[in-house]
Amino acid sequence: MLIKLSGGRVYDPAHQIDGKVLDIYIRDGRIVSRPRDDETIDQTYNLSGKVVMAGAIDMHTHIGGGKVNIARMMLPEDHRADPSHHSALCRSGCGHAAPSTFTTGYRYAEMGYTAAFEPALSPVNARQSHLEMGDTPIIDKGGYAMIGSDDFFLRMLAAKKDQNAINDYVAWIMHASQAIGIKVVNPGGINAFKFNQRALDLDEQNVHYQVTPREVLKALSRAVHELGVPHPLHVHGNNLGVPGNMETTLKTMGASEGYPLHLTHIQFHSYGTEGDRKFSSGAAAIAEALNKNKNISADVGQILFNQTVTASGDNMRQFANSTLGSPRKSVIMDIECDSGCGVVPFKYKDQNFVNALQWAIGLEIFLLTDDPWRIFLTTDHPNGAPFTSYPHLIKLLMDRTFRNEMFAKLNLDAQAMSTLASIDREYSLYDIAIMTRAGAAKLVGLHDRGHLGVGAGADITVYTDNADREKMFAKPDYVFKDGELVVKDGHVVKVTWGHTHTVKPDFDKAIEKDIKQYFDKYHTMNMENFKVSNDEIAEGGRGGIVVQACEGRREKSL
Amino acid sequence: MENFSASSLESVTCPACGLLCDDIYLARNAVGQLKMIDNGCTKSMTFFERTTQTASPLIDGKPSSLVDAIKKAAVILRNANQPLIAGLGTEVQGMRSILSLADKVGASLDHMNANSSFRNTLVLQNSGWQVTTLTEVRNRVDLLLIIGTDIVSHNPRFFERNVWNTASMFDQDTSAREIVYLGGQAVETTAGISPAGKKPTVMPCDLSCLPEVIATLRAIISGKTLHITEVAGIKTSDLQNLAERLKSAKYSVVTWVSSDLNFKHAELTIQNIAELVIKLNEKTRSSGLPLGGADGDYSVNQVSTWTSGYPIRNRFSRQYPEYDPYHFSTEKLLNDGEADALLWISEFNPEKTPPKTNLPNIVIGHGNMSVIDANVFIPVSTAGIEHTGTMFRIDSSVSLPIGKLRESTLPSLTEVIAAIEAAL
Repeated sequence: MLIKLSGGRVYDPAHQIDGKVLDIYIRDGRIVSRPRDDETIDQTYNLSGKVVMAGAIDMHTHIGGGKVNIARMMLPEDHRADPSHHSALCRSGCGHAAPSTFTTGYRYAEMGYTAAFEPALSPVNARQSHLEMGDTPIIDKGGYAMIGSDDFFLRMLAAKKDQNAINDYVAWIMHASQAIGIKVVNPGGINAFKFNQRALDLDEQNVHYQVTPREVLKALSRAVHELGVPHPLHVHGNNLGVPGNMETTLKTMGASEGYPLHLTHIQFHSYGTEGDRKFSSGAAAIAEALNKNKNISADVGQILFNQTVTASGDNMRQFANSTLGSPRKSVIMDIECDSGCGVVPFKYKDQNFVNALQWAIGLEIFLLTDDPWRIFLTTDHPNGAPFTSYPHLIKLLMDRTFRNEMFAKLNLDAQAMSTLASIDREYSLYDIAIMTRAGAAKLVGLHDRGHLGVGAGADITVYTDNADREKMFAKPDYVFKDGELVVKDGHVVKVTWGHTHTVKPDFDKAIEKDIKQYFDKYHTMNMENFKVSNDEIAEGGRGGIVVQACEGRREKSL
Repeated sequence: MENFSASSLESVTCPACGLLCDDIYLARNAVGQLKMIDNGCTKSMTFFERTTQTASPLIDGKPSSLVDAIKKAAVILRNANQPLIAGLGTEVQGMRSILSLADKVGASLDHMNANSSFRNTLVLQNSGWQVTTLTEVRNRVDLLLIIGTDIVSHNPRFFERNVWNTASMFDQDTSAREIVYLGGQAVETTAGISPAGKKPTVMPCDLSCLPEVIATLRAIISGKTLHITEVAGIKTSDLQNLAERLKSAKYSVVTWVSSDLNFKHAELTIQNIAELVIKLNEKTRSSGLPLGGADGDYSVNQVSTWTSGYPIRNRFSRQYPEYDPYHFSTEKLLNDGEADALLWISEFNPEKTPPKTNLPNIVIGHGNMSVIDANVFIPVSTAGIEHTGTMFRIDSSVSLPIGKLRESTLPSLTEVIAAIEAAL
């Protein structure tokens, strides 16, 4: 079946197309070149006047895994407020801050998103992440496997094992977890908390292994690069949420000594200690450092006001924050000498000085960074806000008047501490397309997504242009997934199953002997069960596994 | 039917309790009969060595074809306004198919062990807790406080696999681990004796008095001054001692089994356990560890939560998921005449039979269940033996595949449920 999308205004930054009127042709789920004149076009969509982009990609969103499910289980009151009805096409579900899996897939698709990535896949919990993502319809998915607080890795680092051995372990974990990237959360810190260490600074030693977060970051960023994994090491830095942590963040940028690093939800890591309340915005310095250091990228992790839930692998920091939760309850876990987690419901209030300034800081970061290819639109769902708030966030970035109106409603002391009202910049549609499509695909390593060139998977979103950007982005006219129309006028019209994107870097399989011995000696499960098999993800006709290329950066060290 | 050949099977995963031991060593003979060789326990032996009868589907007690039984089941569910799907003795894949059916027919869902599970779930939903997992315990625990249970009645190999291991990641002298049993009478404590012969501390009390004992312990840990010198026969000075030991421990683990805390509002006692653990974490490290797990209760709750947003007890009768720990219980729905049809599921255990009812009822269960008084009985194969599946471990972060070890002529639960849904 040959489909033509006719006359839309196309934004495809991967090919430098900025609002040009173009036709797009789809066949067998892919974008194809213009057919011969004698070929029959089976269906034409008239997109005259409409905005066309590739399907959006959320490169950091907590959509599947143990801590997400803990958040769901903890918050029946969140679900009651937002039920999602069963229909002829769609399963029922619910949830605002911690939606159920089917609802998550439908809502992402209805918003024009065609891929989402779980950023904190705990290797020992990988099976659950994939089970939950396997019950998330329509969108493509994948995950970044956490390393850095697991005993096996820290032992290697403490024993000064050579980089090759570390690379092999990192690759083994990626295969076993069916991951597309590597994440590190509070490097060495989750682990340190288990030894009763309550804080861990970048150059402070973990009390047991006597290695520093800096050493963890150096080893892992190098491993990811040498393995040829497209996605840079994804870093949730030390001292999340701590006033003054901007210094940690600035130093962290140097910790990889030039290897690419992605700093996640950087808003939570951009705080100074100025002013009477000893809490201030570090956005200017952070943005300047991002602008200068071209090997660093970041996603913002914007907070928006209202009830949500924070779910993180960072048990150390979540334990410290547990009394600030609202409603006041929390779950903190130490997990399998592998990682940890902490879930704390949270309500951000615009009249609260800290929350109001956090809101402003996130926007300052967005607006002060120059390169839209290295800054990404996230709310660290659900930590900053549920993902359904993205259209509102886009409006804040594109509409200065609206943004200033919102700013003027904030706690006054917070306003006084922010330069936001003086920042004139407005994001363009092209910028948004970079940040949510082209750049995101490049960052994650999705070679056939995020763009509209020939050969791309036909994940395409069509909007009616609307000066109210929130309305525009909340309700796309059409969403195509692998060439099938799945959403029309903001509602699901067909349910399909997306792919799980992975990478499978080469490595020396000899390391498995060491790992097996380790499991047999210390673990409570068989090493073979630690691995998630292809069948487990692909069974039941719910989308298969895509292995993205590990391209061209592999130079094995001597 | 051609069966798998006679063989020895290593590293089999056992779903009989919440530990999910995956080192079971079985032998299989030429007709598929399984025998425990090593690494088993009473529960795994019962599970794997059970001989399964070749059973036929029944309609009103009379043998029928599978197709007819499925059709009749679909009719019963289609005609019901408030169907109840209960028992729910199954694993992840079975539960996925059940949730799809429940969504279609607007059913309520209840697990046979829900009363016990709620003692934990309500605490999670009300105030939360700080907990750990088995590999952490195996490698870190220095003081294990066991409340109101012997553990081994539920998880027979718990001590063997997680406490008396010889090697540990941090080179701990594991034989020096301290074990304390608090609560219950005549508790079986031999598993708590260290390999070096060190006996555990045992502080018995009537289980019905456990609430005040735990409240007292929490008060002591929180630094409150007591005006009593004993509670439920336990000297407060002994509890003081225990509090000191907990505060000096580097990684104490406080464990309980909710199904053993069989007194009213046990969730409040578990909440006190959770809160005393949180209090200990002000200065040192301590974690709770809920144990137990049976009939897939833990797995079913996880799947229900990610699919509907809610754990059991939930329902779909309004076309969207709702949750009510009290109103959606099997007992209430049947006794109050609110349910008008019952679908009972128990694939692991033939002894878990449904409550007596005059309602139109369907039983889908283990082939050994002789359920002649159901309107429809459909025998199914067993996950972990006759078809693959997935189970969650009781400590929640680990889930494991369970295997297919022999053939069966019986369909799987997923096949039957999907067929019923298609026939609606």
